[in-house]
Formats: sequence, structure tokens, C-alpha cells
Amino acid sequence: MQITLSVNGESHALDIDPRTTLLDALRDHLDLTGSKKGCDHGQCGACTVHVNGRRINSCLALAVMHEGDEVTTIEGLGEPGNLSPLQAAFVRHDGFQCGYCTPGQIMSAKSMLEEFGNGWPSNVTDDLTAAPDFSDAEIKERMSGNLCRCSAYPGICRAIRDAAPDEGMHKTEAAE
Amino acid sequence: MRPFEYVRAETRDDAHRADGRIIAGGTNLLDLMKLQVETPERLLDVTRLDMHEIDEAENSVRIGALVTNSDLAAHPLIRKRYPVLSRALLAGASGQLRNKATTGGNLMQRTRCPYFYDTTQPCNKRAPGTGCQAIGGVNRILAILGTSDHCIATHPSDMAVGMRTLDARVEIETADGDTKLLPLDEFYRLPGDTPERETALEPGDLIVAVHLPDPPAGAQAYRKVRDRSSYAFALVSMGAVVSVENGKIASAAMAFGGLGPRPWRDHDAESVLEGETPSRALFDKAADVLLADAKGQGENDFKIPLTRRVVAAVLSDLTGVSQ
Repeated sequence: MQITLSVNGESHALDIDPRTTLLDALRDHLDLTGSKKGCDHGQCGACTVHVNGRRINSCLALAVMHEGDEVTTIEGLGEPGNLSPLQAAFVRHDGFQCGYCTPGQIMSAKSMLEEFGNGWPSNVTDDLTAAPDFSDAEIKERMSGNLCRCSAYPGICRAIRDAAPDEGMHKTEAAE
Repeated sequence: MRPFEYVRAETRDDAHRADGRIIAGGTNLLDLMKLQVETPERLLDVTRLDMHEIDEAENSVRIGALVTNSDLAAHPLIRKRYPVLSRALLAGASGQLRNKATTGGNLMQRTRCPYFYDTTQPCNKRAPGTGCQAIGGVNRILAILGTSDHCIATHPSDMAVGMRTLDARVEIETADGDTKLLPLDEFYRLPGDTPERETALEPGDLIVAVHLPDPPAGAQAYRKVRDRSSYAFALVSMGAVVSVENGKIASAAMAFGGLGPRPWRDHDAESVLEGETPSRALFDKAADVLLADAKGQGENDFKIPLTRRVVAAVLSDLTGVSQ
């Protein structure tokens, strides 16, 4: 099938089998290998990208279904010499060991901070109608879709907390 | 994954084809297609259809079938008036999955029975007539209520448990353009000797929305017991709405996940509570009725006493009885 995929602000014409996942389209057809294939079943989060500004598992998405959507990958956040605040914070706080899950962690964290800033509750939020606290318990719950087999979780939490203001999460909003 | 034809539905009519499998968020269907548990020849992508809105009408809220789980959980109206539904949604899956998963798709997700997922094993739901290895096999997560000799699968949804607590109805548009509104206990079928037929949907039917009536009076809660504190399916979960007036329980609604092939509700157990003074002994009586027909399958025997404790804990919280 002929499709057009918009990734990191650039439009790409692709000729792909309908079975191609968004993850495989990014990695194998567009050479954007930052997004990683871990479990390929939506359990590990290594493939996390943004579609229209929201985090999703790109392994559980068909590329053909995302024609017209704006896809952002880790390559769209920053690059060596010009890291995004979250990328720099992961380096500063040892938010990884082997690094395989890191692009997914960072993409997930960026979107998670936005969800937080929009006042979205989580499973550990006490009062559903109040702005959630930016606590470690909240960060852990909201990041539970990203596994790190090196168990760099303490560094990941520190990096997220540290980068939050620079990622634009200055305050949270209560529900109406 | 087996090859399939991809069809993008531009209109509702396109989505009523009886010869295609509907895909929306795809978080469960694509997973099953990769494992070849599901092998549709044609996928009907309905995500461009106009079913993304949450509308407040008189005495009800109408949730479009394509509203994502995350949008529904975070919607101010749902958080304020239907917290049991927000809580149920937030207890399920991960942030990434909730952003993709839809209201209609969540209702249609398949069981996580390990035999259903393993194409080298017999399974009456996946391959009718081949038998059920879960009976007497690995069944820790499987059902204790509503089972048959052919299937002991559970329905895995948290969202549906929240909706069942709230007397939600599923709006279905048929291929002829007619509309059906089915409560969840009519929408989901019990397995009997046809466990492959899970819902009342007919070929060509399309789920277009879920309707919530005004919330019943009282406090709402959702409690989920699972093997780890996040991102796991329920062993037992419970949604409840309970109102207390003048020291007596005026009304009670309870629905359960992890126990049966559909979100489980037992009006007889609720009747035990109504008009009575809340107490631990009363909650045990309600649990007796709820679990009267419960049948452990070995590994999942623990669900019977666990359910009893979940009932006591949730009702104690909602009525102020100290445990």
C-alpha cells in the first residue's frame, strides 16, 4: 500500500505491506532506529513514540492507520550537542545502564509530564477532582508501562523530576 | 501476522460490512494477530468515523465508541459524577495503552486465558470443539462464576466492571440502521457450549456508544487486587456504589472483575444489603449469596476467600464500618 507518514515534521511516501507496524515502518523503512523493539506486544514500552502529541506503543499500531497523523520519535526531541531537557537529565542522573529502554522512557516521560500538566489523574491519585501531587508515587505509577531490565528506576525518577520544569510542567491544573 | 486486506471506513455504512473485523485502537487485536490467535482476512479501520465525543444529555451521558480510555478517565464529568468508572479505567493497562485503547474496543477485548493465547493448545473459544485445557490446568487467573464445562475464561476489562456498576448500556447500530441499547449483562453472553460467541453482536453490527444513566446516590469506589501494584490484570476487582441513610444501607450496586466471563453482578447479593445496618456480618452474608455458586478450579480456589475479603473491605470503606 502507498501511504504518506509524517514523522518529526517531515512527510515520507512509503510503499508498505498493511501488516507493517508503525515501529517497523520507523525502523526498517525510515531508518529511525531510536525507537526500540523489546517485547513487540505492548508490555515493555521500548517502542514508545508520540502520535499527535500522545504517547503510544508503536509496536501495537499499524502504520497504515496513522496516515495523516503527526508522529514524533526520540530523533525528533533532540540530537547530540542539542539534547532536550529530559535527554540531558537522563545523562546527568544515570537514568539508564544499557540504554535500550531509554528512548521509550524519555518519550513516555515527556508525554507523561504533559498529561500531569493537564491535570490528568492516575491510579494513585487520592482526589480525582484536585490537581495531582507531583510525587515519586505518581511518577512510578504513570511510568509503569516502561520497563528497565537494568533497573535504573531511581535515576529515571530523578531525571524526570529534575527536567520537569524545563519541559514546561510548572504547575498542574485541577479538573473543572 | 497473516496477510489481510486493509479497508479504511469513511462512513458508518463502510463499517457495517459483515465480512470484516473492526479495528480501532488495536492494542489487543494486533497483539492477537501477531500470535495468530486472530487471523482476520479483512480489517475495517473505523478510527475516522465520528464517534469521538462525550455528550451530556438529560439524565444520561453518551460516550462515543472511539473515546480513548485516557480521555474518558480524565474527563471532568466522569471524574466528578462517575468516579468508579474513572478509577476502573486508571487501574487498567498503562498510559500508552490507554491513549490508544477505545471505549468500544475495550468492551470487545478478549480473555487473557493462557490456553486461548497459545495456538499449540486446545481451546474451545479459539478453536471450537477442541476442548478446554484450563479446566484442571493452569487457571490461577481464570473464572469461578458463570463458567461451563467448555470454558472458564474471564473477561479482562476493568472499564466494563465500572460500567456494569453504573448500569451502562451499549448502543449498537445494526447493518439495517436500527439501534439497539443493551445492558452489559445482555451484551455479554455466558460461555455455555458456545464460548466462541462472547457478545450479542450480530454480523454487521457496530458499537457506536455507551450510555451512562445518572449516577445512583451514594459513594463510589473501585478496588483492584492484582499480582503487582500497577499494569497487571485483576485477580479480583470490585466496583461499588453504596448509599447510607439514617444508618441503613439505602441502595447498593456491586460489580466484579476477575470472577466471571463478563463483569459480574448479582442483584440478590445487593438485596441482602439494602435496608440493613452496615456491619461486617452483613457484608459476609452478601458475599455468601454472591459466592453461592462459585466453583474453584484448583489454582484459582483462592479467589473465593479473596472475593469475600474484597467485598468486606470495599463495603466497610463506603459505609464507615471499621474492619
